[in-house]
Amino acid sequence: MIELINSISVSLLVLIILGLALVGYFTVRKHAISAAGGDARVLHSLPGYYGYNAAMCIAVPSLLILVLWLLIQPMLVQNAVIGLIPDQMITEGSSVGLVMSDVRRVAEGLNTAVAQGALTRTEAVDLRVDQTDVRALLADVGVALGSDVQAPVLQAAQKYRALTATGAATMVVVVLAIAVLGFALAFRMTHPAFRARNTVEAGVKALLMIAASLAILTTVGIVLSMIFESRNFFQLHDWKDFFFGTSWAPNFRGNSDLAILPLLWGTLYISVIALMVAVPIGLFAAIYLSEYAGPKVRAVAKPLLEILAGIPTIVYGLFALLTVGPFLVNLFGRGENGVLGVEWMSGATSVLTAGLVMGIMLIPFVSSLSDDIINAVPQSLRDGSFGLGATHSETVRQVVLPAALPGIVGAILLAASRAIGETMIVVLGAGAIARISGNPFEAMTTITTRIVSQLTGDTDFASPETLVAFALGLTLFVLTLGLNVVALIIVRKYWEQYE
Amino acid sequence: MTDMPTPQPIPRKGSLLVQDARTVKRNRAEARFKMYGIIAISMGLLMLLILLTTIIGRGTSAFQQTFVSLNVPLLAEKLDKKGNRDIEDIKKVSTFGYAPLLQAGFEQKVADLGIATDLKPKDMANLLSKDAAATLRDFVLANPDQIGETVVFEFLAQSRVDGYLKGRVTRDSIENDKNISAAQLDLVDALVADGTLAKKFNISFITGADASDARPEAAGIGVAMMGSLAMMLVVLALALPIGVAASIYLEEFAPKNWITDVIEVNIANLAAVPSIVFGILGLAVFINYMHLPNSAPLVGGLVLTLMTLPTIIISTRASLKAVPPSIRDAALGVGASKMQSVFHHVLPLAAPGILTGTIIGLAQALGETAPLLLIGMVGFIASNPPETIAEGLLSPNSAMPAQIYEWAKRADPAFYERAWGGIIILLVFLITMNAIAVLLRRRFERRW
Repeated sequence: MIELINSISVSLLVLIILGLALVGYFTVRKHAISAAGGDARVLHSLPGYYGYNAAMCIAVPSLLILVLWLLIQPMLVQNAVIGLIPDQMITEGSSVGLVMSDVRRVAEGLNTAVAQGALTRTEAVDLRVDQTDVRALLADVGVALGSDVQAPVLQAAQKYRALTATGAATMVVVVLAIAVLGFALAFRMTHPAFRARNTVEAGVKALLMIAASLAILTTVGIVLSMIFESRNFFQLHDWKDFFFGTSWAPNFRGNSDLAILPLLWGTLYISVIALMVAVPIGLFAAIYLSEYAGPKVRAVAKPLLEILAGIPTIVYGLFALLTVGPFLVNLFGRGENGVLGVEWMSGATSVLTAGLVMGIMLIPFVSSLSDDIINAVPQSLRDGSFGLGATHSETVRQVVLPAALPGIVGAILLAASRAIGETMIVVLGAGAIARISGNPFEAMTTITTRIVSQLTGDTDFASPETLVAFALGLTLFVLTLGLNVVALIIVRKYWEQYE
Repeated sequence: MTDMPTPQPIPRKGSLLVQDARTVKRNRAEARFKMYGIIAISMGLLMLLILLTTIIGRGTSAFQQTFVSLNVPLLAEKLDKKGNRDIEDIKKVSTFGYAPLLQAGFEQKVADLGIATDLKPKDMANLLSKDAAATLRDFVLANPDQIGETVVFEFLAQSRVDGYLKGRVTRDSIENDKNISAAQLDLVDALVADGTLAKKFNISFITGADASDARPEAAGIGVAMMGSLAMMLVVLALALPIGVAASIYLEEFAPKNWITDVIEVNIANLAAVPSIVFGILGLAVFINYMHLPNSAPLVGGLVLTLMTLPTIIISTRASLKAVPPSIRDAALGVGASKMQSVFHHVLPLAAPGILTGTIIGLAQALGETAPLLLIGMVGFIASNPPETIAEGLLSPNSAMPAQIYEWAKRADPAFYERAWGGIIILLVFLITMNAIAVLLRRRFERRW
């Protein structure tokens, strides 16, 4: 019996529940009709609703419990296992998290060994470090460990396995019991006077609401995960140095300089260059499209410009690295061999490279939103201006643009938030050197590039060099969120003004 | 009223037929202003043109690869020393054991063609990809009965030779190159003249797996494409139902209270959160907390789901809003419940719009790279396409944009061509999806 329960995986469990729900639907529907003596008119609701009620009673609570169980069990198991690890193991230059990941690896290795037949079930439970070379054993089944397994780790791993297995078995039993209970309940509830439709509709409405609140859950997840890890970071690293220091030099032997200012400078510099490209082009394009262009030009030019917004950013990144960068080096670098004969730029990655390409990407953001906003300026304002004898351009400059200004500022802020959060273009085009300098031909680095470089490859969640990425992420999130909120408020105020 | 001074007519100077200086100036300003707009639009379109021509100009060559056709003698004394054709014995011969066969085949070919060269057979065989021996071994293991015969093969040429034929490598650029010499290029010229060495369409770029740094000629995007496909399945399976359910609630049922307001503001803000933040969320929650496998398309799909949800919700709400209230009123009027009116009448009418929005959301997710970097979908080589759906979801894989990034980061310029080629494939997917969305909209959109 235990063997059978253990062999049920989560996906199988879900399938069983769904199968049960299907069976429940048909059984209860039939039961409802027979309870009404074969005359469906006697029933309060259509027979199908009684079936739906059964299916929901079976599937919804059990699946909810399943999800909650899967979320909570690892935490409980971890808390139970952590007590087995002596304190001296944790202090010697590592952390609870690291030891726990070792424990988990050993436990997974033992599972693999049992699955492959290298160990029997009882052998895995009775394994001792002084009798068997656990590391070699696990290496044989394809689980490589960094160091020899210590006795407490193995013990903890065995307890981890035992608890996880018990937890999984209990979960299967509990979830199936709830499903069957739901079935029985639905069956008992079913009689002709039962208001099945109302019950089902209330249930569906609750499900819809859960789906809608998933957006809140995502935000909460983002904020919590970043705050939690940032707090760990600020325990290891001085917050004053992070916010007010001027040097960024991560060093994996510790003692790193991790200050956000040079990264913030690079981010803002690149964003400003990008906006200097995108705003004039986007704004004039929007003015032309909404004020001058005929319907034919508009129908062609607008979608074409919007293609620029649909191109994935990795394409822009490659364009910056392999086309724009070398082109700029030809123009501004290479001394005598260059086109201009100046030696301003040494490498293809620079603030200018990333800024120019990002500017191209932002053109449609500025132009589309400004176009909508200019179109929303009431025609009566223009007619009044024309009536006074103003030319078209005078009307645009002195009447339409001032009226549309708040909206346009909102559009530019949205584009700025896009520029600050942009990753691929700067990862490929901006370089990796953190510095505060005014020279646009130099390589600089941004918040997003550093997040990528600190979190790719082997990450150790106990070192400030990794955790700093979460503090950077949080800063980025707050920064873009602030810009968006301000922009949305401005734009909304603007729409209200002309409604 | 009588006090009002009668307006004195301002004496008009000059002629009605000639514009005065001020009018000329104003008209010029008008023309200039209009010209700025035209310049701005032309700049935007020019950028688009440059971008597209760069992609096509530099990427199309990735679909062609240089192949060498050789007759290779599958010598029994090298491959099957015991002569009993036992497959286990044949398997013991590693790819090193196949190198002499390649050299012999190459030497024979050069001798047959009567090309004079001082190169040793080893240097001749160096013109082949490092993949050639593996190709040969795979063939022998699949067809052990062919041992002892001479078989015609089409091998990939090494990337320098390929670059020479495509103009990326020149005789000047190889002066300090260990991988190829001028004498070898002379041999290449002779083989090209004969037709032994030629560029052909390379299907394995589209279907194959990525290759290590030393073998750019063998790298393909096929396995990464499977990774992207698996992620898109996850996104479709999760984002569509959840997104539609959330939109129905917000558009049809939500009471006007602060909870609804919070949800609305949240969705609007999530749509503008930088994609890399979703990557951080995925790393912290799905990998670090839930211990889902690193680099798995399932995790990538979950992260992209959270990212696309706002897009899908916004477009779904727009199409629900476009269904006129009279439909709902009519349904309610004949006795349907609110829920029935929504699910039986409003939703089917909004379906084309929802589908269009979903496809556009999927296209956006397909091109997204940054979050995938954080959950580890770069930096390794997935060599085999997944065989089952579960493996496709759970075993480490890359995705198309992550693969392109990976190639762009490598040192050998031969990979850049493949990155551009990968972009062409990615854009073909995106254009197809968007075209389907536009067609759906044209075909099914109803104006009320």
